Amino acid sequence: MSEAEEIPLWEVFIRPRNGLAHRHCGSLHAADAEMALQAARDVYTRRGEGLSVWVTPSAQIVASDPQDRGSLFDPAEDKIYRHPSFYEIPDDVGHM
Amino acid sequence: MYSQGLIGSGEQTTETPEFLAAFQARIDADEKIEPNDPMPEAYRKTLIRQIGQHAHSEIVGMLPEGNWITRAPTLRRKAALLAKVQDEGGHGLYLYSAAETLGVSRKQMTEELISGKAKYSSIFNYPTQTWADIGAIGWLVDGAAIMNQVPLCRCSYGPYARAMIRVCKEESFHQRQGYEIMLKLAEGSAAQKEMAQDALNRWWWPALMMFGPPDGASEHSDQSTRWKIKRFTNDELRQKFVDATVPQAQRLGLTLPDPALAWNEAEGRYDYGEIDWDEFWAVVKGNGPLNKARVAARKKAWEDGAWVREAAIAHANKRAARQSTALAAE
Repeated sequence: MSEAEEIPLWEVFIRPRNGLAHRHCGSLHAADAEMALQAARDVYTRRGEGLSVWVTPSAQIVASDPQDRGSLFDPAEDKIYRHPSFYEIPDDVGHM
Repeated sequence: MYSQGLIGSGEQTTETPEFLAAFQARIDADEKIEPNDPMPEAYRKTLIRQIGQHAHSEIVGMLPEGNWITRAPTLRRKAALLAKVQDEGGHGLYLYSAAETLGVSRKQMTEELISGKAKYSSIFNYPTQTWADIGAIGWLVDGAAIMNQVPLCRCSYGPYARAMIRVCKEESFHQRQGYEIMLKLAEGSAAQKEMAQDALNRWWWPALMMFGPPDGASEHSDQSTRWKIKRFTNDELRQKFVDATVPQAQRLGLTLPDPALAWNEAEGRYDYGEIDWDEFWAVVKGNGPLNKARVAARKKAWEDGAWVREAAIAHANKRAARQSTALAAE
């Protein structure tokens, strides 16, 4: 490694025992994918937290810009008809 | 796991009043601030320094305890101490990652630590002279750290708060293993009990100092409180720690080394004696018993490990180059 070169950053995702999807749990530095997986095991699963680990180079993640939050997410806010409680069903119909 | 009041911060904000008010409104609404959100430069810098100090404390904190791994009295104690020291390393890594989301690099933070520029919790500049010190550290130092860290789980900065949740979950074992060591010694032979008492005598005051300078002298508490980086003052946390710890010491049959310690019925808390702030500042400024040795140990580890980092990167680059040649040939 030249002095200027940082060891790359990876994002770590763990799938917990309870059947949920992989979930982001943090990041770490590693020279390659194999070392990233090993380090993720050591850093993030010391107490049997997971059954599966994903790692991906942080630089490969494409993220939405927080500045665009309005234009991206506002359109969903006024569409209350997308929620079940928008529809009126008489009580005597029972649970639906 | 270890944090203490901030030392030596002094930023001024230069953002417009409207920007600062909008930011404060988000904080007041208990919104979490996330890495790419707009934030005042002073908020960013305060967090970089605080999370950095916290991370360094975890890493340097491995040294006094690591000192006893090979001499732990039983295999059970040795396995527990190894696991604890490994946790501290992990906690340091969670925290470095959280700090990196604010735009500081790991390398920069490491260099600041080994050049002596960055601070870490002054407690780790004291030596671990006997096995009982390992008990006292787990019980008192980790106990004090938990007091500090539980409120940090609600810190306004998302990545820091999330890292602290992980840390706090793991921390409780640390304090319990320390207390168990103290209990065994306190219930042991006269010499063992004396060893426990001696460790308590030496660690009690430095543990109280971990909460940082008294409220009147803490420079940036107010701004950190407004930004919900800090939820309690140094003195509030210190008092909670004293109140929680006194009964635990009584249960051990050990005496806290403070003649002024007394239950205050009217206030519903323990009064305690004057802390030697001259000692605190001397240790913070680099004149504790082991400041130089701690930084030298980190520097040696960093420098001795350079060839491993270089080799790992060279290997990764070589494999990546081979892979792209193979792909091009297809």
